Amino acid sequence: MRSLTDSVRKPWISTARREKLVHGLFFVCGIFSVIVLLGIFLLLIVTAVPAFEEISIKEFLFGLDWNPTSYEQETYGIVPMLVSTFMVTLGALAIAVPLGVGTAAYLSEVAHPRVREIAKPIVEILAGIPSVVIGFLGIVLVGPWIARVFGLPNGLTALNGAVLLAVMALPTIISISEDALKSVPDTYEQASLALGATSWQTIVRVKIPAALSGIIAACMLGMGRAVGETMTVLMATGCSPAMPESFLGPVRTLTSSIAIELGEVAYNTTHYYALFALGLVLFVITFIINLISDVILHRYEKAHR
Amino acid sequence: MRKKYKKQAVGFWILRVCMGIVLLCLAVILWDIVSKGAGVISWSFLTENPRKGMTEGGIFPAIVGTFLVTVITAILSVPLGVGCAIYLHEYAKGGKTTRLIRMAIRNLSGVPSIVYGLFGVVLFVQFMNLGTSLLSAGMTLGLMTLPWTITASEEALKSVPQAYRDGSMALGATKWQAIRTNVLPYAMPGMLTGMILGLSRAAGETAPILFTGAVFYLPFLPKSLSDQFMALPYHLYIMSTQHHAIEKVRPLAYGTALVLITLVFFMNLVAIIIRYKLRKVKLQ
Repeated sequence: MRSLTDSVRKPWISTARREKLVHGLFFVCGIFSVIVLLGIFLLLIVTAVPAFEEISIKEFLFGLDWNPTSYEQETYGIVPMLVSTFMVTLGALAIAVPLGVGTAAYLSEVAHPRVREIAKPIVEILAGIPSVVIGFLGIVLVGPWIARVFGLPNGLTALNGAVLLAVMALPTIISISEDALKSVPDTYEQASLALGATSWQTIVRVKIPAALSGIIAACMLGMGRAVGETMTVLMATGCSPAMPESFLGPVRTLTSSIAIELGEVAYNTTHYYALFALGLVLFVITFIINLISDVILHRYEKAHR
Repeated sequence: MRKKYKKQAVGFWILRVCMGIVLLCLAVILWDIVSKGAGVISWSFLTENPRKGMTEGGIFPAIVGTFLVTVITAILSVPLGVGCAIYLHEYAKGGKTTRLIRMAIRNLSGVPSIVYGLFGVVLFVQFMNLGTSLLSAGMTLGLMTLPWTITASEEALKSVPQAYRDGSMALGATKWQAIRTNVLPYAMPGMLTGMILGLSRAAGETAPILFTGAVFYLPFLPKSLSDQFMALPYHLYIMSTQHHAIEKVRPLAYGTALVLITLVFFMNLVAIIIRYKLRKVKLQ
């Protein structure tokens, strides 16, 4: 005779085992991100190292000439690209930091709540515009405008890249600075006002200094984004591999060099490996920038708990 | 005394001007693209292949390519992202491993997109021998979106009250049963919002697909995962910098840009609507 329990379908796995299995599965998903990060780092190193069989590390890091396709003597010096990258990035920050912090201060301190409700999603829209569209506008709109203002034959310059990257870094800087300003305890403001300071004095002398580490972290994050941005600078800065002369001349950053040359190079040649060495330099720079902003934010959170 | 308030008025105006400049940037961007791109948009522009060396015709293959590559991106990054978020929020106990995972996620979100492209070339195109294909490009984008999906999913899990889990487990449910029946359904809309936002960014990315699968021009649509494809952002890049008659195809480039930002904004809008509906449900 068959008992009643036989007719009930038995689960293929016991409950305790299933729980363990599910737990294990999620753990694998969790650890996957660590694997990806390590994988990126290791693959970059492994692919970059063969480049240094032919190029000396000294020449690579301090060489003033990048000309991997020369007929006479190929040269692999990354200094012009480092200079270009930092010119464009610092130029972008010089525009975006005052503008972004000012906007954040407006949104968190001055704006009417209803204005804020409308303005915040608009800033988010700015963050959603693809970088290739910003680069396109650099070619058709901002570039020609810069050419006209400064009387240049061609507007594809470092300045152009800096302006466009500033627009791209703004949403990051605004939203994180605003969070930082908002998390300053109300008692600071009340104490300052009670001592007779105006709202403006309170913002400038109390709130911004109190939120400074958060604001700095925001700017570092914006900087990380600007250093790693590819399409915009590729399209809008002229991309001459020579040492940059001024903000009104063409530059070629680390990212745009990789983007230009990887398409033309044969796999597994010295030039190919050298491009991965560029990628590695880029990875390390952004890693350090993000690490610094992370440490600042972390400290800041601790101090305010 | 009065001087102090004059200073305040000036200061506030400076802040207003900052806000105004930011809004003006966005207005200029949108106005330029919409006003110059709208004239190009027509049914045939959206549904035809490019013709005569891409100087005429439409962008249909690019639209399809972007759609397909985004689907592959989602297939890779959504399950892994949700899984990782569930581990971090529901299972992890905050030890060294958890700290390591969180650090990895933060750093991954800061890795430049072109570096993901390099990674994709070595791992997918060469090592796994997938060639430059839809699959390679989709997986590269999938890895890039992973940190965003994880962060968004975790935020959604955080918003589910702890009582839901406790109540379920007090009634004898196991941890996984509690998560499946009492946490995930409530976190779902929030997760969906974050994921759509992440995918909209992936759809607009160019650098990771430059060398992993996107091509200039294809007269046919990709038939399998190992085919190359055209993509909207890449098409815009080609039309505005690499084409042999750049001035002549400028209107087409504007049209492509308009379609691309419309697509991205449409995805954002869907995400915002889901979020809005979610808020409403919670209030009830």
